[in-house]
Amino acid sequence: MTDAGRHPRITLYTMSEVTDVKGYVGNFEVNILKKARYVVEGECTACGECAKVCPVVRPDEFNLGLSSRKAIYSPFPQAVPSSYVININECLGDNPSVCAKCVQACEKNCINFHMSDEQITEKVGSIVVATGLSPYDPTEHDEYGYTRFQNVLTSLEFERLINAGGPSQGEVVRPTDRKIPKSVGFIQCVGSRSARKGAGYCSNICCMNTVKSTLMLKEHYPDIDVKVFYIDIRAFGKGFEDLYLRSRRLGTHYIRGLPGSVEENPDGGLSVAVENTATGKLEIHDLDMLVLAVGLEPAPSTQRLQEMLGLQLTPDGFYLEAHPKLQPVDAATRGVFYAGCAEGPKDIKESVTQASAAAARAIRIMHKGEITTEPITSEVIIEHCKACGKCAEVCPYNAISVDPKKKIPAVVNTAACAGCGTCGAECPFGAITMNHYTDAQITNQVDTMLAEDPKAKILVFACNWCSYAGADYAGVSRLQYPANVRLIRTMCSGRVDEEFVWRGFELGAPAILVSGCHIGDCHYIDANHWTEKRINKMWKKMEKMGIRKERLQLEWISAAEGIRFAQVMQRMEDLRDSVTQEEIYETVEALKKRKKKISH
Amino acid sequence: MEAHRFVAPAQPGQETRIGVYVCKCGANIGKVVDCRKVADSVANMDGVVVAKDVGYACSEPGQQLIKDDIKDLNLDRIVVASCSPRLHEPTFRQMLVSAGLNPYLLEMANLREQCSWVHMHEPEAATDKAIDLVKMSISRVSLLAPLQEETIPLTKKTLVLGGGVAGIQAALDLADNGFDVVLVEKQPSIGGVMAQLDKTFPTMDCSI
Repeated sequence: MTDAGRHPRITLYTMSEVTDVKGYVGNFEVNILKKARYVVEGECTACGECAKVCPVVRPDEFNLGLSSRKAIYSPFPQAVPSSYVININECLGDNPSVCAKCVQACEKNCINFHMSDEQITEKVGSIVVATGLSPYDPTEHDEYGYTRFQNVLTSLEFERLINAGGPSQGEVVRPTDRKIPKSVGFIQCVGSRSARKGAGYCSNICCMNTVKSTLMLKEHYPDIDVKVFYIDIRAFGKGFEDLYLRSRRLGTHYIRGLPGSVEENPDGGLSVAVENTATGKLEIHDLDMLVLAVGLEPAPSTQRLQEMLGLQLTPDGFYLEAHPKLQPVDAATRGVFYAGCAEGPKDIKESVTQASAAAARAIRIMHKGEITTEPITSEVIIEHCKACGKCAEVCPYNAISVDPKKKIPAVVNTAACAGCGTCGAECPFGAITMNHYTDAQITNQVDTMLAEDPKAKILVFACNWCSYAGADYAGVSRLQYPANVRLIRTMCSGRVDEEFVWRGFELGAPAILVSGCHIGDCHYIDANHWTEKRINKMWKKMEKMGIRKERLQLEWISAAEGIRFAQVMQRMEDLRDSVTQEEIYETVEALKKRKKKISH
Repeated sequence: MEAHRFVAPAQPGQETRIGVYVCKCGANIGKVVDCRKVADSVANMDGVVVAKDVGYACSEPGQQLIKDDIKDLNLDRIVVASCSPRLHEPTFRQMLVSAGLNPYLLEMANLREQCSWVHMHEPEAATDKAIDLVKMSISRVSLLAPLQEETIPLTKKTLVLGGGVAGIQAALDLADNGFDVVLVEKQPSIGGVMAQLDKTFPTMDCSI
């Protein structure tokens, strides 16, 4: 920690949050909001005189409320930076008639109430997302009595109690009577591996954390009775089984079965009822203290950042890697990497390993000092451009400049263009070519697909980042769906031109699906808003032409929604099955008429 | 704007020399899809010079076979019908470069994730679908145009979001390798949840 604080190449912004990220790999522009600390970081020597005189007492968050701190405080003794901080919402203020005692106590005059929040802009080439985790709140597990009984603690609260620097100087004491418990029980999988409460996944660290805690207890208090209620003990890592066996050797009782209820005894102890699945018997265990081994959840900031950076999440809510085995620390967005629990629950060793990997992957793209961009960008055919301005309006990256008033034709800034192709789909004059996804390339695929027996087939347009990846995920999961589905990949659903769909129907397609990332998750900021608008417009046109609008479907399918992809394909097949040959014939005729009208 | 951006795509009917390689991916594709039949069904399409089934297209011998064909048969565009392009498109683009072709003259048909793995019990329907997918890829590849990558300057600096154990380690590794780091932490101190822990497994030493 201290190394990171004093490294000449590391600029540390604490009390800070990223509010906006613009740009692309190699050239991101990041806005950071640094909240005021009200204590000058470089000047404060952490002498603590200020806190001594501060009259405001509040629960200490670092000790999870098991101790108190003042309104001016150091988060914990080894904090980096070591500077004190004022919680301005708790502080009585700098008016000497009210308080301002800290200002008087500070010999170095480093308390400054006029400090304000700062907006900082940084340019970076790559981003490592290491936003961590949130411990599971066991309130909903009411049968364990966490909110009702004081001597029921979470594993993190227990960590603070047994820590020499903690509120009890490392003495494990019961909150009710400050006495050392003679027996302690641990309940495993609280908020993990449950279909009903918390999460369905295994939180990975709780088994070994409990094993460690039992060893600490036995070391501190050799005669203490320790019981662990568990489903399985997952001691899979290097050296883990040894620790587990040591814990058993030292006399920790491992009881297979999760308690059904916990009741408080008159002495503050806890009566735990459990079905021991090894013996099949109902047992009652009386314990002085109970620790809930809580699972890990995604950090609260996850979704906000996911939207800001255009990342993807797994159904569990953690960040989704570009490939689970071959690119385990890469995000699908180039130049963004994951480290630690942001990507999924993991222990310290795994977090450190992944962090080093993320650093190496970031260096891999940065070390040359330059980067090659994919040439999948749009391009204006100047002689067709009428300078209407539609392309610039829909571009999520402001990469197109055009002046409709002066009739100056559009120009694409290829460095800023990310290649979604929305401009190409929206241009009413066919004046934009989307390189590598041209109108001709895509319609040629549609033509080929529908050349034979079109009535039997389902045409699906899928965006590269979400829906196509969702189809891949269905494949990896071996989910079976109707075999008459044919996918055409575009980079973004925003690329799907009206004409592609009309062409499909004209060639006899019974049902067509346009699929993309969920609204808010678009890889191209918000290009899929234009997909939605376009499809809505098309539905209206279909109604006018007498074509059943259900035959054109729009679905948002994320990269993690393999199951949903397979379900949607089944629905599409049911839809296809409902379309008659006559209906298709009428559609073809209606579209021929439309074509004639346009050409006149 | 560079000249390449004005290269017109080849028109249908224009002479193209396409090589089609249908990968069995061992049994992953080959067990469900009749890869030989797929290759045979597209061999006579316009512009197709050669169509073959191969054991593992991505393997060293598989890539060598394609590269040899590119040279011997003077191929100018390639269709690889194998796994998802999200997995191996970079591999095969690199292969095209090493054989002297523009990497964007490649098209992949996804016969594994989107065919053999999802229609495991319908080998005939899966083979029909595979034929369609490969035909669609051929019609697309025949219209692809060579594209040039651009090189742009880059900022040698990394934003690390979060100052827990992972963020600290990533920041230190980057900084020790000579890269500047901006480390952003929401709390008044770095350390994260790790700093709250006492001893840590499996070594039972202090967390801080």
